[in-house]
Amino acid sequence: MAGKGVTLLGYWGSPYTLRVRWALKLKGVDYEYVEEDLPNKSALLLKYNPAHKKIPVLVHEGKPLAESLVIIEYIDEVWKNNPLLSQDPYGRAEARFWAKFADEKCGPAIMRTFVAKEDEKENVAREARENLKILESYLAEKPFFGGETIGFVDIVAGWIGIWARIVEEIVDANLMDAGNTPLLNAWFDNFLELPAIKECVPPIDQLLEHNKSFHKSLTATST
Amino acid sequence: MSKEDVLTLDYWCSPFCMRVKIGLTEKGVAYESREEEDLFGEKSELLLKSNPIYQKVPVLLHNGKPLSESMIILSYIDEQWPSPPLLPSCAYARAQARFWADYIDKKLFEAVCGIWRSQGEAVEVAKKGFIEVLKVLEGALGEKDFFCGDTFGYVDIVAIPITIWFLASERYGNFQVETECPKFAAWIKRCLQRESVSKVLTDPEKIYGFVGVARKMQGIE
Repeated sequence: MAGKGVTLLGYWGSPYTLRVRWALKLKGVDYEYVEEDLPNKSALLLKYNPAHKKIPVLVHEGKPLAESLVIIEYIDEVWKNNPLLSQDPYGRAEARFWAKFADEKCGPAIMRTFVAKEDEKENVAREARENLKILESYLAEKPFFGGETIGFVDIVAGWIGIWARIVEEIVDANLMDAGNTPLLNAWFDNFLELPAIKECVPPIDQLLEHNKSFHKSLTATST
Repeated sequence: MSKEDVLTLDYWCSPFCMRVKIGLTEKGVAYESREEEDLFGEKSELLLKSNPIYQKVPVLLHNGKPLSESMIILSYIDEQWPSPPLLPSCAYARAQARFWADYIDKKLFEAVCGIWRSQGEAVEVAKKGFIEVLKVLEGALGEKDFFCGDTFGYVDIVAIPITIWFLASERYGNFQVETECPKFAAWIKRCLQRESVSKVLTDPEKIYGFVGVARKMQGIE
């Protein structure tokens, strides 16, 4: 499907870029991908997102949009095939609530585990596991957060399955505990095996190496 | 629709609760408002049951079904009662509105509270940060009356309740928004002319009093 001038400014190692790519892929939207050489932000990025100066930025017919959740809702509204959000206002509110929970509670907890000092690590990892357990309660027995097919929350939260496992390996913590969140773990595995999803994910070994260096630089200044 | 179908759980000084009530009022939806008497002590059973994860206000109960998180509630109100619309009809304009609402939600309240929570040199730093945010918002406003154009809407509703906290920070920070950001001050005045806003917003003097007590308790001089 021709996207009539769709460009995505992103960073290969960014989960926020990845989830926008997933949304575009699901909708069958053709787009030009422009890799930003972070931290040397391009003049184009600064022009398109002066408020936050961050990727991802979607440009559609010359008009820029920033903030991945805003971008994903926009994509869902413009390209109506394979809808991510339901038409029902309460269902939409629920999906937005859980997407926000994943972003504000699960993601940061995983990040805190990534940078935690050795003596704090288990406490922050436990908090992350607790939040993942809460996220699992919304999934319940459904195959996907969207029900029989993937939806908004799947796209928004799917990155957690990848990054949590990377963090586990780098810092030796327990996040995706099969005993704690069996349903969530199964969901991550199924979600990440879907061809459209798998195709967009960068090579895991590259992500691992990249995050190992990132970890070194983040923890280098802490005593 | 009977009044009991729509219930809000509130707290008098919460700008987030005010967003919900302004939204409902703009839509002409009758609702009952229930104040959490002891929000920082013993939360009501209804609140704990309706919002077990965050245990926060606002909560909207529509025919008994609970919703939490003020921006999500506001979107729900706009979608459930479509007229008059709070968001523009064009997809790009809607996305821009959501972007600015998100920016305001992430930055504005923190920025203004940072001033009265600080003391000494930190006050000037906090002030500078706050004015920077207002300048960005003035840029977003441009020459328009409201954030999305001629009509009061979603972004205005997200931002306007936070402005009742400005007075306290102006006094403790010794500055005036009107002087530093006249465009933003003019937008505030325009919003205050709307009945939904003037009816719902708490008097900034009451917030100033509350902040005084909070500062004393935190040992800020």
